[in-house]
Amino acid sequence: MQIYLPIAEVSVNAFLLLGLGGLVGILSGMFGVGGGFLMTPLLFFIGIPPAVAVATEANQIVASSFSGVLAHLRRKTVDLKMGTVLLIGGLVGAAMGVQLFAALREMGQVDLLVKLCYVVFLGIIGGLMFFESLKAIRRAKGPHKAPARKKHGLVHALPFKMKFRTSGLYISVIPPVLVGVFVGVLAAIMGVGGGFIMVPAMIYLLGMPTKVVVGTSLFQIIFVTGFTTLMHATTNYTVDMALAVLLLVGGVVGAQVGTRIGARLQAEQLRILLSIMVLAVCFKLALDLLIMPSELYSIGTGGGH
Amino acid sequence: MIRVFCFLLALCVPSFVQAQKVVADLSQRNVEITANFDGSDILIYGAIKGGPEDEALEPLDVIIAIKGPNDAVTVRKKDRRFGIWVNTDSVKVARAPSFYAVASTGPLNEVLSPQEDIRFQVSMERAIYAVGDEAHDAEGTRAFTDALIRLRSKANLYQQLDNSIQLFDQALFSTTIDLPANLVEGVYPMRIFLTRDGQVVSRLATFIDVRKVGLERWIYDLAHEKPLIYGILSLVIAISAGWLASAVFRYIRF
Repeated sequence: MQIYLPIAEVSVNAFLLLGLGGLVGILSGMFGVGGGFLMTPLLFFIGIPPAVAVATEANQIVASSFSGVLAHLRRKTVDLKMGTVLLIGGLVGAAMGVQLFAALREMGQVDLLVKLCYVVFLGIIGGLMFFESLKAIRRAKGPHKAPARKKHGLVHALPFKMKFRTSGLYISVIPPVLVGVFVGVLAAIMGVGGGFIMVPAMIYLLGMPTKVVVGTSLFQIIFVTGFTTLMHATTNYTVDMALAVLLLVGGVVGAQVGTRIGARLQAEQLRILLSIMVLAVCFKLALDLLIMPSELYSIGTGGGH
Repeated sequence: MIRVFCFLLALCVPSFVQAQKVVADLSQRNVEITANFDGSDILIYGAIKGGPEDEALEPLDVIIAIKGPNDAVTVRKKDRRFGIWVNTDSVKVARAPSFYAVASTGPLNEVLSPQEDIRFQVSMERAIYAVGDEAHDAEGTRAFTDALIRLRSKANLYQQLDNSIQLFDQALFSTTIDLPANLVEGVYPMRIFLTRDGQVVSRLATFIDVRKVGLERWIYDLAHEKPLIYGILSLVIAISAGWLASAVFRYIRF
C-alpha cells in the first residue's frame, strides 16, 4: 500500500515503513540504543530526503524510547538520578554540537566528517565491546572465579561524589556529565540520539551494571530527541508526521518485544550482540567510503556549498 | 509580442497557406494529492485547426512539454582522495524542474530545430539551467547536468517520450503522460507546440494544478504555519503511542 508523505513529498510503501520501525524498535528495546544510526541511513536508502529523515527519525525515537523506558521502569532498571545527570551534560553538549555543525558546514565536507566519525567511533566501540564480552563469556564458561572488581580508577578520585543507588555506584558527577556532553556533541553532529555511544560509555567508563544501562540510556534519549524534534519542527519544518506515525507504530511494538528479549538474555550475550551490530554498520560505512560507487554523482537540495 | 510574431510569420509565408493553429484539452486540470496518491495519468488530446493541407509541405509534428515547479539543486561528484571516496566537486543548478516530461510525434531532435529549441527551451537540456562558474567551463558543467537528468530520469521524474504522441491524419492528436507518485505541489505549466520542418508554427500554453488535499493539506499547513504546535503535537503522538504500546503489552503479558 503506497502512501504519500506530506512533508517529504514522496510516495512510499506503508508496510515497509511499519516493518522498518518494528525492526529498529526491537533493537532499541534490547540494547537501549535509539536506533537512529540504523534508521537514518535506511530512510535515505528508500528515498526520503535527508533533512526530513533526520528530523522525523528523532520524533520516532521519542516514541520507541518512551515505550521502552516504561517497560524498564516496571523492572526498576532505570537509574533516574544518573539519567538526569547525563541529560544535563547531554543538553549542553547538543547545544555545542549544533554550533560546531554549523561551523563545519561553513568549511564544507561535513558529510565526510560525519561518515568518518561513524566509522571511527563504531569501529572502536564495537571492537572493544566485542572482545571484552567474548572474554567475559569465556570466563563464565571456565572455572568460576570471582570477577576482579576494579574499584580504584581516576573516576573514584574526583570530587562531587554522589550516590546512585539503582546503579549501586558512589562516584563523582564529573565523569557522567562529561560523558553526557561528549555524547550530546556527537549526537548533534551525527544526527542521532547517541545511545550506541552512551551505552558502552556507561558500562565501561562509569562501571554501571548492563541491565540498568539500557533503561537509563533510553530515559535520557527521550529528552534529547524530543528537544531535537522541536528544533527541527520549528526551524526547518522537516518533521513528517505521517512518516513518524508509521515508523513509531512499528517502533513502539518492537521496543516492547525487544525489552522482553533483552530481559531473557545474559548481559554478556546482550553486549556481544550489540557489538556485532555496531561492527556491521561500521563495516558497511567503511565499504561505502572505500569501494568505487556505481554512481559518482548525487543530487543535493538547495544552492548549498 | 507572440501575436505580432505570428502575424509577421503569416505575412512571410505565401498568402494561400493559412496559418495553422493547435487546440487542445486535458483529461484533468487538477491533480489532487491524497494520502494514498500513487501517481496520475493525464490524457492530452487536441486538434490542428485551419488551413487546407498542402501536399508539397513537410508534415506537421506536435510536441508537448509539462514542467513541475523549479528548484535549486546542487549536483555533487565523488572522487577518490587518500583512498576514500568523497564529494570533491559540485555544480549549482539554479533552475532544475522537479518534474519534466516532453512528448513528441517523432524524435525530438528531428521535429524541433536547435534554434527553435534555444528560443522555446523545450528539450530537457534547455529546461535545466546551471550556473557556470570559474571552476567549470561549459563542458564541465555539462557532465553535471547530464548526471542530474540521468538520476531524475531513473526516478521517472524526467521523461523524454519520443514518438509517444499519435497524430491522426495531420489533424487529431492524443497522448498520455504519466505523473509519478513523487510529485511536488504547485502549478505545472504545459506547452503544446505545432512544428513543421523543425519550425514552430503554432503554440498553446496551459497548466495543471497539483495540490495536496485533505489530511495531507492539513498536516502540511500546520507544519508551516504553526510549527511549534505541530512539533508539540508530534511529540504528544509519539509519547502516547509509546505509552499505549507499553500498556497493551502489560495487559497481554507477553
